[in-house]
Amino acid sequence: MAVFFTFAPRHRSNRPMKPILVIGIAFCAIAAGSTVAGTAGPAAAGDEATIVHVLNRAGYGARPGDVDRVRTIGLRRYIDDQLHPDRVPDPAMAARLADLTTLRMSSSDIARDIERPQVEARRARKQQGANEPPPQPPPPDPVQQKANSVVVELSEQKILRAVYSERQLQEVLTDFWFNHFNVDARKGRDRFLLTEYEREAIRPHVLGRFRDLLGATAKSPAMLFYLDNWMSADPNGPHLEMRPPRVARGPFGGRVLVPATPRPQPQGKNAPKGLNENYARELMELHTLGVDGGYTQHDVTEVARAFTGWTIENPQRGAGFRFEPRRHDAGQKIVLGRAIKAGGGESDGELVLDILATHPSTARFIATKLARRFVSDTPPPELVERAARRFRDTDGDLREVTRTILISPEFLAAAARGAKVKTPFEFVASALRASGAEVEDARPLVRELQQLGMPLYMCQPPTGYADAADAWVNTGALVNRMNFALRLSSNRLPRVTVSDIGAHANTMLVEPISESTRTTIAKATDPAQIAALTLGSPEFQRR
Amino acid sequence: MTMTSRRIFLKQGAFAFVTLGFAPSFLARTASAAGGDGRRRQLIAIFQRGAVDGLSMVVPFGEADYYRARPSIAIARPGGDEAAALDLDGFFGLNPRLRPLEPLWRARQLAIVHACGSPDSTRSHFDAQDYMETATPGVKNTADGWLNRYLQARREQQATPFRAVSLTTQLPRMLQGRAPALAVSQLAQFGIRGQAGDAAGASFEAEYAAAADALLAGTGRDAFSAMKMLKAADPSRYQPANGADYPRSPFGQALRQIAQLAKSDVGLEVAFADIGGWDTHVRQGAAQGQLATRLDDFARAIAALAADLGDRMDDTVVLTMSEFGRAVTENGSGGTDHGHGNAMFVIGGGVRGGRVYGRWPGLAVERRHDGRDLAVTTDFRDVFSEIVARHLGVADPRAVFPGYDVQPAKYPGLFAAA
Repeated sequence: MAVFFTFAPRHRSNRPMKPILVIGIAFCAIAAGSTVAGTAGPAAAGDEATIVHVLNRAGYGARPGDVDRVRTIGLRRYIDDQLHPDRVPDPAMAARLADLTTLRMSSSDIARDIERPQVEARRARKQQGANEPPPQPPPPDPVQQKANSVVVELSEQKILRAVYSERQLQEVLTDFWFNHFNVDARKGRDRFLLTEYEREAIRPHVLGRFRDLLGATAKSPAMLFYLDNWMSADPNGPHLEMRPPRVARGPFGGRVLVPATPRPQPQGKNAPKGLNENYARELMELHTLGVDGGYTQHDVTEVARAFTGWTIENPQRGAGFRFEPRRHDAGQKIVLGRAIKAGGGESDGELVLDILATHPSTARFIATKLARRFVSDTPPPELVERAARRFRDTDGDLREVTRTILISPEFLAAAARGAKVKTPFEFVASALRASGAEVEDARPLVRELQQLGMPLYMCQPPTGYADAADAWVNTGALVNRMNFALRLSSNRLPRVTVSDIGAHANTMLVEPISESTRTTIAKATDPAQIAALTLGSPEFQRR
Repeated sequence: MTMTSRRIFLKQGAFAFVTLGFAPSFLARTASAAGGDGRRRQLIAIFQRGAVDGLSMVVPFGEADYYRARPSIAIARPGGDEAAALDLDGFFGLNPRLRPLEPLWRARQLAIVHACGSPDSTRSHFDAQDYMETATPGVKNTADGWLNRYLQARREQQATPFRAVSLTTQLPRMLQGRAPALAVSQLAQFGIRGQAGDAAGASFEAEYAAAADALLAGTGRDAFSAMKMLKAADPSRYQPANGADYPRSPFGQALRQIAQLAKSDVGLEVAFADIGGWDTHVRQGAAQGQLATRLDDFARAIAALAADLGDRMDDTVVLTMSEFGRAVTENGSGGTDHGHGNAMFVIGGGVRGGRVYGRWPGLAVERRHDGRDLAVTTDFRDVFSEIVARHLGVADPRAVFPGYDVQPAKYPGLFAAA
């Protein structure tokens, strides 16, 4: 099987693209509609259009040669392999990510090696600034640049994996679930926490149990900080945490009983002042039940009480989760009609997560969002119901829920083809794949995505980026996409190289292709222009 | 400008495009929209990102506590030298580096709302900007910004691609949402670029013009109409009117481009620009220094915009805002830390200017928010909702401000009631 994932050597040369006759021929073939089953109705599994559809949805689109490879191993087998990424060899990925050293660092390493030097440099600058006016303009600051590099490298990684990983579905789902449990890198220290968050809280669980994913995000410093739970405290606290009485050696060698003593209290302006409901609300509205999932403001407050004391151990050192009993509200809570007994401590939050993860509204909400990602902006209700039932029957096994959608007739139906408008990230990744681009440096692409209105890891609201066409179709964004298509096709993106770009154009577009696109492309002669008009066409904006 | 002269201008503008060989498809729509029953009102929203020190912009020189709390950075009482505040009403004074705005105050076109802000007491820039842009303080998952909800509330059948424009690289939260809005940092760069740009543009246009995909075809047609219009207007050769002298700063250039769009009669209704550099924790300065330099840029750019727009200011409101104010007492580094209440400027020909609005809470420690910050006595949504109702003409602005009890009785009174 591995043979099907072995690829021809990549084009590493930087030679300019030559006009090749075969490109024109490929496009004429599209124009004549002879290579793609356009109106053949629901296609038999294994035909080209169906394979392109699956590659567009379960991944970031077809690369040159992908359709043939999938046809050889069979579509069903391909989907099954993608649902088990550990079975899919991905030998080249590690080398592509090797230079991005922060990807493998823990949050505490990042805090020690990158964040603290930056904080100290800033402090030194302030003290220096107290004596002399700041220089205008400030010179580039290497420590600051290194601090920014953490999110930049994470973004480079995301692009490189989407373009080159053989485990395409895992990349799609990592993007999907990060966005579901969105954290914005621009909120304070979160830019130093997202590397570990994606690597350890999101990625390992995207085909695992929902409850594990939910629990990992709930205890992640990134989420605790982003939605403020780290500072949420019982307003009637802080509570004394007694050190139990113990026996110690007395001053004269004898043994004495040391009585129970309260531990010191957190003080100062940063001491938590009261209940913060942000996480409790988003947990129910966005992470589990959905806005119409049947909870009240009273439930929000009760859930917030349950999570008091869930905080971050020594935030400045990048340490992990800690339960702080002095901030915890130890009283009884009633969540969605179920009692959580007084005195549960840290387990209060775990019980809330159990209640939410097994609630039927959660099954339905997650099924709806997955079906929207894979099928259409308004997914068929029968499919959503089947996926939700699978969620309930398997105790939230995300592999099985995802499989239910990917093998459904609704997913393979002709109506689903091209029904989704690509997000800017999907557009960029699919354009790079379709054109067989060689990315030596992904940083220019990180900047392109900012221009295209989708800065990676920087979606401000906890809702994440929208997964519906109307959020991404507007005049400015469309012009930017056309310009990106032109720059990519004519090798004007720095350190991103395309060669033989038009040769595999028959997998670039999803049928039906409109007459205006056919004739416009047929009129072009220059291969770079042909490719640009293909990647910038209305059809390529869809998947 | 009277209605008659506006129509003449519009006709001349349309004629100019026709003679150049460009007839943007929406120009006719614009003409009919402006020639209908009402005048086209415009709102230009300006965000001072980073929390400007409102007590240095609009100085309560009548308060002894102000001078006690700020021994090294207070703005001197009026009547002294050039470093002194400009007396507004015997109690408040304008920072001397805001002098370019003083004529607007004297002409009663500039109103100030002081001690204005959010009911949420967060001191996070991130969260507070989010709350101000969504106008839902304390609620983080609001899907859209309040300016976008305004665009949704007043559906504009004749909307052009330039109905809502942000002179920024990315669309600000305030304009995000279902209604179309355009983010473009440089008008001159809005188009298909590169050596073969024109040819490629024509081909893309052909692809989108007749695409079966209605959603993308419509957006594509608007995009190319907009490009042609901008090309005809030739941003690089724009000459401001009435001697308006914009600073060369990014903010000055953003406002210059807003004026250019407004004067091109392309259907601009809402414009947005932002200006940073206000987070003055260290060495803030007084009439000179870091903050003064930013205020100078800010004031000169807005004054140039008002001059450039001329009679159009009758139908325009310029609104400035910042996520929160700064602490009353200066800190140990000659700066100010994050605070609460702040000052907003509301400028326009229809504004009842020359007045500082809002109840002044005082700066005595026991009158402060948390014992340290200027208290908020006017919810910023009262300012926003009055502008939406009485300037932009939305009879019932409640849909624009979900979860808020919008009440005309709470409006500061910046405009005459209809």
